[in-house]
Amino acid sequence: MARERFRKHINKLEDEMMDLGCTVAAAVGHAISALKNRDVDAAKKIVNDDMIINRKRWETEENCINLIALQQPVASDLREIVAIMNIITDLERIGDYAEGVAKIVILLGKEPLVKPLDNIPQMAEKGLDMLNRSIKAFIERDSDMAKKICDEDDEVDKLYDKTYHELLSRMIAKPDTITNATYLIWASHNFERIADRVTNICERTIFLVTGSMQKINVSKY
Amino acid sequence: MEFKTSIETFDLNLFYGDFQALKNISMKIPDKNITAIIGPSGCGKSTLLRCFNRMNDLVEGTRLEGRLVIYNDKRLGNVLANDIDLIALRKKVGMVFQRPNVFNLSIYENLRFGLCIHQMLSKKDEILAEIQNSLEHVGLWNDLKDKLGKNARSLTLEQQQRLCIARVLILKPEIILLDEPCSALDPMATLKIEELLRILRKEYSLVIVTHNMQQAARVSDYTGFLYIGELVEFGETTQVFTNPKEKLTENRSILLWQENASENT
Repeated sequence: MARERFRKHINKLEDEMMDLGCTVAAAVGHAISALKNRDVDAAKKIVNDDMIINRKRWETEENCINLIALQQPVASDLREIVAIMNIITDLERIGDYAEGVAKIVILLGKEPLVKPLDNIPQMAEKGLDMLNRSIKAFIERDSDMAKKICDEDDEVDKLYDKTYHELLSRMIAKPDTITNATYLIWASHNFERIADRVTNICERTIFLVTGSMQKINVSKY
Repeated sequence: MEFKTSIETFDLNLFYGDFQALKNISMKIPDKNITAIIGPSGCGKSTLLRCFNRMNDLVEGTRLEGRLVIYNDKRLGNVLANDIDLIALRKKVGMVFQRPNVFNLSIYENLRFGLCIHQMLSKKDEILAEIQNSLEHVGLWNDLKDKLGKNARSLTLEQQQRLCIARVLILKPEIILLDEPCSALDPMATLKIEELLRILRKEYSLVIVTHNMQQAARVSDYTGFLYIGELVEFGETTQVFTNPKEKLTENRSILLWQENASENT
């Protein structure tokens, strides 16, 4: 088969992207647990391990650039490499959101929370589930699934909305809770952004399958 | 850049009469890899390639200076020396040309020819075994095993070029020089020959001259960029094509790339 070597390189890029996706999903999962359990040690590990995510992203990006420079991909091959380059950037940013939550866990320490976490873990779990399915949709070239995942971002936005307004009310009622409440808003916002990045990943799947670049769901935030 | 060296040149200069075509070329060709030599037309790519098996001797008025060593065979010594055994050199360093230059003979005779010249084998069954082996190496055996008596010129151009490579392989060389080996082929045949070269690199050191930058990028492990007879840059292909060290490589390679792209549209 002509260009067998090229195909192997593209498959390797997909493997690297999936590996990065798994590492990032694990970081998000750990961030959720660290926040729920107020586990500062676990949070410190997430912060330290973010450099693994960054390194993997740079390596894959370099491999994408090399493949474009050396193998002159066209059509769906080119779209796939461009899509992977964009997806790994989104994945790396999702890793940063997990790191952001971990830093807030460290800042909070053992200080009592201004309110129970309530919707925050639920919102985070929803984003994590969307993330895992978005990678699957890419690998399976399932643009219908990708569109569906994009629509689910509205649920995350609603949960964030609710959390945000609750925390705002608390701050107005009890100004001495502003610092604590702000930390929780930051954590929530990090989780909310994960879902936004997932919609970007889904848009790349749609681009790969259809060749058309389109914004599927514009997040409120 | 760590690699085992197959060929090394030391201050190689080549003159065609008063014209200096190669200037102080000192480079190492890695063993069991593909090295591409690229550069604009007339920069000395083919001239350099032809130094490796002294093909330039056929051009009147050629004068060589410097040293050129092929490792793994100390008997050859300096390849540029006057008293070198050219037949032994060209057996060790085979060459494939731009257009498939099969002889107007049967496929069998095309392959047997070199064995006879070098008096390598005489028994018919041994010759046939070598013919089979070389044709298998280039992916032609299954197609041609029942047609060995057919005239080689009746084959497609891609098959003819594969046969030319088989004709080199049958002499058990260590190094294969390829001078624009795909320039007469269509894009699909080109890609197939490139795949073949990637397979051959496991056993042979290959040096390819090409004016096609994209081909050099696709197929080679190392790249040398020649400009007006000088080796401007030599390095891993990935590095030369994505992050050249020399500004001249960067500027000229962009121009060459664009030139190639416009040729292909």
